Amino acid sequence: MENKLSFKQYNEALKQNKLLGLKCKQCGTITVPPKIVCGNCASTDLDIVELSGKGKIQTFTTVFVAPEGREGECPYVIVMVELNEGPWIMGNLTGVDPNKITMEVMGKSVKMGHAVFPGDKYSSGDGARPLFSLEA
Amino acid sequence: MRKVAVVGVGMTKFSGKQDKTTIELFAEAAIDAINESNLKPKDMQALFMGNALGDFAEGQAQPQAFAADYIGASHIPANRYENACASSSAAFRDAFMWVASGFYDIVLAGGSETAAKMGTPLATRTFAMASDSRYEYPCGITFPGVFALLTHLYAKQYGVPLEKLKQQMAQVTVNSHYYGARNPKAQFQKEITADDVLKSFMVCQPLQLYDCCPFSDGGSAIVLASEEKAKKLTNKPAYVVGVGQASAGNLLSQKEYLPRLRSRELAAKQSYDMAGLSPKDIDVVELHDCFSIATIIALESLGFFEFGKAGEAVEKGETKIGGKMPVNPSGGLKAKGHPIGATGTAQVYEIVKQLRGECGERQVEGAKIGMTDTLGGDGGTLCNVILKKGW
Repeated sequence: MENKLSFKQYNEALKQNKLLGLKCKQCGTITVPPKIVCGNCASTDLDIVELSGKGKIQTFTTVFVAPEGREGECPYVIVMVELNEGPWIMGNLTGVDPNKITMEVMGKSVKMGHAVFPGDKYSSGDGARPLFSLEA
Repeated sequence: MRKVAVVGVGMTKFSGKQDKTTIELFAEAAIDAINESNLKPKDMQALFMGNALGDFAEGQAQPQAFAADYIGASHIPANRYENACASSSAAFRDAFMWVASGFYDIVLAGGSETAAKMGTPLATRTFAMASDSRYEYPCGITFPGVFALLTHLYAKQYGVPLEKLKQQMAQVTVNSHYYGARNPKAQFQKEITADDVLKSFMVCQPLQLYDCCPFSDGGSAIVLASEEKAKKLTNKPAYVVGVGQASAGNLLSQKEYLPRLRSRELAAKQSYDMAGLSPKDIDVVELHDCFSIATIIALESLGFFEFGKAGEAVEKGETKIGGKMPVNPSGGLKAKGHPIGATGTAQVYEIVKQLRGECGERQVEGAKIGMTDTLGGDGGTLCNVILKKGW
């Protein structure tokens, strides 16, 4: 069967600051990023929904040693955010000093924009990711 | 299902960048394991090889076929296992099942890797391929990054102040180096202090250099045989009494379950249930200490300590030889080294040596039952093996 929400669709939407997910018609769980089944009950009966992109930081790290090709981005902050709709998502955090961030950032409310990884010789094209910033 | 024993083990010295190829390293370990089994390459009936990154390290795909030929066993099927850092544990588990099923009597399982050869930027990039390329890698995730995320989560979840947790993690590393200094095959044979750990440079906050295992080159191999064959080949068979393996998607799919890794708890339960054993029966464990925090997380999910308490146990010396649960007497991934395709069967190597009482200064006296724990990616693959002294 066809994917209800493919990476390509998800990625193109994220480039427009729209975070798409899947809502299960059987159990109501929202799955993001997408899978071919509900992340909770494995049903394939899913609807595409747009999420708020808002949530709370659950954890973070600042990366000082980058993978090949991404050295120029260092240091950068990676966060895992629990979205208001329930799922967790990985993104970067902007608007903070990567050298000074502490665990106090955990639990803080964030809103979503995006940034695009242009891809490298190993990846199949580009990939957008959420770029979060702290809510005022 | 038949009983299956390990009848021979082999392992190269683990090291930083060196001159041998993936196939040469595998072959050195394999010939040692075959010789120790009192067998010849022609006696092997199948070869299962763990290798994660040969394509990137050396431009070498299907090393398993060339390895079979290189050791004089081109008459047999050879399959490669790519389960990131758990590659050779998956190879070992499948070798076990083929022998247990009765299809084969003797199978060679092992693995090798030349990750140090790649250098840090390429190795960091290729290791990160074992995370989700579409939904994690665009953020710039790396493996230290994954465990850095889990460290902060752990501190918050269990209410351990980060400074306290980092002291406990530093002690994990100090222990690894203590045992590495007593293992002639270890990459790092030098003791270090907690101060050395806490003064090393920051890799991914809050993980510093000595919280992280190295990139390594090396090979390891194991010969498995049916009980009937094993009894003819050795008077010291180590029986495989429990195996488990489970999978997971990307890290974020585990949400509030983190910092625990669900795949470990599923795989461990499979292996304990199969063996009819519980954590208290295990005399020694070789677990996946890719990062210092990983030891603490693993010790809890394997059932050796309560959740949130393993760091305290490390501080009290309970994870050293003579303590409640001796951990990584080989020096672990941190000090022995982590040539990823070789790691799982190198853990089996150490447990078998421990059961045989051949570990010298790092011997866990009287060890009868040992366990391995190997993690691939950010929880994507988790393999456990329980081995029991058969004499």
